[in-house]
Amino acid sequence: MPEEFKAGCQRPSSRQTSQPQTIEKEETAIKEEKPPMIKVGKPAPDFTLPAFIKGKFANVSLSEYKGKWVLVCFYPGDFTFV
Amino acid sequence: MQELDVEVLSISVDSIFVHKMWNDHELSKMVQDGIPFPMLADQGGDVGRLYGVFDEEGGTETRGRFIIDPDGVVQGFEVLTPPVGRNVGETIRQIQAFQLVRESQGTEATPSGWKPGKKTLKPSPDLVGNVWKEWKVSEAFNE
Repeated sequence: MPEEFKAGCQRPSSRQTSQPQTIEKEETAIKEEKPPMIKVGKPAPDFTLPAFIKGKFANVSLSEYKGKWVLVCFYPGDFTFV
Repeated sequence: MQELDVEVLSISVDSIFVHKMWNDHELSKMVQDGIPFPMLADQGGDVGRLYGVFDEEGGTETRGRFIIDPDGVVQGFEVLTPPVGRNVGETIRQIQAFQLVRESQGTEATPSGWKPGKKTLKPSPDLVGNVWKEWKVSEAFNE
């Protein structure tokens, strides 16, 4: 289960992905070394992000959901339609 | 999605604090008891880049939707530019189809226009060249 954390003044810095070597580099490096394309039939890249879950704050990893069907939805921003 | 036993994760570049405000001030007025799934904060867009949905110019994420099976494998995705919203019904239909195929262990396939209750196809050497006997073009459009 996701591990809850307290809401502090500092921004949670728990961002992790399964390709940290490409992600942690400088902006220019990312453009040269694009992360692999998502393909159907291939594993979904894992990630960990801070989340708001039913009144609480916790870190959520995709890998926690192994064994279940998952729908991941990106959207442009809060207070827009989804 | 809960009925289909699907876990939903929503992701945007907004902070968890903005997620809370949006939930508390607007979404909880649309959905009783508020949003039931985790709302993830991808500040900086790293996960969006990983999934090919981060818009570098706008600094936001496009409407990308990924169906991931219990083995962690991507079965389908759809990405739309921001002005057009999704069709949730189509997402549900696709999940139902993927679940059926998985439960049949690949012995069944869902032809174009399939939805629950409609006929599936059973791929085999005998089906090659004989789909026309099993499936009519009109079934792609039938409600």
